[in-house]
Amino acid sequence: MSILVLADLHEGQLAGATAHVIAAAQQIGGDIDVLVAGEGVQAAAEAAAKLDGVNKVRVADNAVYAHQLAEPMGALLVELAGDYTHVLASASTTGKNVLPRLAALKDVSQLSDVIAVDSADTFKRPIYAGNAIATVKSDDALKVITIRSTGFDAVGEGNNAPVEAVDVVVENSQSSFVKEELAASDRPELGGAKVVISGGRGMGNGENFKLLDGIADKLGAAIGASRAAVDAGFVPNDMQVGQTGKIVAPDLYIAVGISGAIQHLAGMKDSKVIVAINKDDEAPIFQVADYGLVGDLFEILPELESKL
Amino acid sequence: MKVLVAVKRVIDYNVKIRVKADHSDVDLTNVKMAMNPFCEIAVEEAVRLKEKGIATEVVAVTVGPKAAQEQLRTALALGADRAIHIETDERAESLAVAKLLAKVVEEEQPGLVVLGKQAIDTDNNQTGQMLAALTGLPQGTFASEVAVDGDKVNVTREIDGGLQTIALTLPAIVTTDLRLNEPRYAKLPDIMKAKKKPLDVKTPADYGVEVASKVSLLKVESPAERKGGVKVASVDELIDKLKNEAKVL
Ligand SMILES: Cc1cc2nc3c(=O)[nH]c(=O)nc-3n(C[C@H](O)[C@H](O)[C@H](O)COP(=O)(O)OP(=O)(O)OC[C@H]3O[C@@H](n4cnc5c(N)ncnc54)[C@H](O)[C@@H]3O)c2cc1C
Ligand SMILES: Nc1ncnc2c1ncn2[C@@H]1O[C@H](COP(=O)(O)O)[C@@H](O)[C@H]1O
Repeated sequence: MSILVLADLHEGQLAGATAHVIAAAQQIGGDIDVLVAGEGVQAAAEAAAKLDGVNKVRVADNAVYAHQLAEPMGALLVELAGDYTHVLASASTTGKNVLPRLAALKDVSQLSDVIAVDSADTFKRPIYAGNAIATVKSDDALKVITIRSTGFDAVGEGNNAPVEAVDVVVENSQSSFVKEELAASDRPELGGAKVVISGGRGMGNGENFKLLDGIADKLGAAIGASRAAVDAGFVPNDMQVGQTGKIVAPDLYIAVGISGAIQHLAGMKDSKVIVAINKDDEAPIFQVADYGLVGDLFEILPELESKL
Repeated sequence: MKVLVAVKRVIDYNVKIRVKADHSDVDLTNVKMAMNPFCEIAVEEAVRLKEKGIATEVVAVTVGPKAAQEQLRTALALGADRAIHIETDERAESLAVAKLLAKVVEEEQPGLVVLGKQAIDTDNNQTGQMLAALTGLPQGTFASEVAVDGDKVNVTREIDGGLQTIALTLPAIVTTDLRLNEPRYAKLPDIMKAKKKPLDVKTPADYGVEVASKVSLLKVESPAERKGGVKVASVDELIDKLKNEAKVL
């Protein structure tokens, strides 16, 4: 068996998710190559070469792969997929955008959001917002899979794998990059944070999210939100946790003013310890919370910050 | 410009599903079904393009059992002009759906195809991307804004780090994210009118597409049940528990 892992990049740097995808690849077994594609991605390639379990890193560094647009990335993967039995990517917005194209062009199915490897052809994945776990077996010659990071512990960084250039260049006249508005934050990435504190509609407005800042600072936490909070314009979309947002599984998740709709739970119920702060003692979030505190968040948050 | 919209019949998003006792699948008997929420947003976007004078015709298409015609009628009530039902009782996976939609695209030659980003039953998030690959058309996935401008469309996408805007040549494939628009409700007179709008029924065989997939569903289980814990009475007690019991502080 041989596996190609598409590296996840964040602003040109190697994203943390890649180390989780390699862990999943190790469970499948066989040689693991990593593809780093983009423009000016040499540093990302060197970071990938350090990851344990990597056999070699292949780098496609060309302007046509800048911003990892779907059309050239899909075409590149089709060119490179040839000898591999599995192609994996993280279930990030890039992985989700690109990998199904490879699957379709190879006339195989894609398994999305895999959370466990049973064997080289049998995998577990959540369906129905995580309310059921399906075990699926693929008889396709090439297995195309996106990996949910929270299902696999990241590999370490003691490796020094060879890095080789890929000179495949494809044409793309169909899509072009216009602009990006990326949230600038000094906080840890939501997906990788050990502690996450999220606010919901109960926060009332965007200004009040500042009440979470001091606590997040003290705990080294990332800040998340429910969809209701995002929809109401309190905070940007990249903070959404849930079935259709980000999936997180930190050691500690603190839900503040969040009712606990199944779509929100889908994104956080695998957290180790869940704390809920809500004024409604019947809120469904308490059914999954290890520690529930009933009360007004506007009184509780300042007190919590001062006592931490 | 013609706009093609793909809609899927799925479990209503408010329903909590149950797994069958024999673990063969989830139990959908007597469960409320509805149009996939992302598909409602896709229909709404297409109808708005028509109201703006950009689209001339909106065609809704679904792949599924006979009952899926209910969702096509909903799309017609919301403003689609006609519908295509590709009828099959088999479990149609994303790849098969994408192949069928590619045939419809070939036949109908739409300027824009709008799909949901994800069906909330299988949570696949792949059909639109597969359709784009098969038709050779560019894709704008997870759209929170779609702006048609002559022979181009600018799509603003919800990505992990924030928002990204890309420009695509038309025809193009777009998949919707939640904030693209707020779908309207169908009014009673429109629901009545929808009954008279044209609805073509086809089969996968008409398009020469094999629905069977090489992926088999071996087992479906409930996730590990998470038990509710305790209520604490104060912030002090919470901090104490987190430090000394859960040991996460
Ligand atoms: C297709 C689809 C996908 C979706 N995907 C997601 C997703 O990925 N993520 C997601 O989060 N949602 C998602 N949703 C939305 C989801 O169904 C809920 O609507 C949403 O999670 C509710 O957010 P909320 O808990 O913040 O708001 P609400 O349900 O309105 O709850 C607000 C809570 O705040 C509490 N509160 C109010 N004031 C105070 C106060 N002063 N002090 C303490 N508590 C207070 C209230 O008691 C209440 O429990 C999706 C929905 C659909 C249809
Ligand atoms: N059976 C189907 N019939 C019509 N459209 C579908 C079907 N399955 C998926 N789609 C479309 O593809 C989108 C994404 O679905 P998926 O990739 O399966 O998560 C849906 O929101 C629909 O727009």
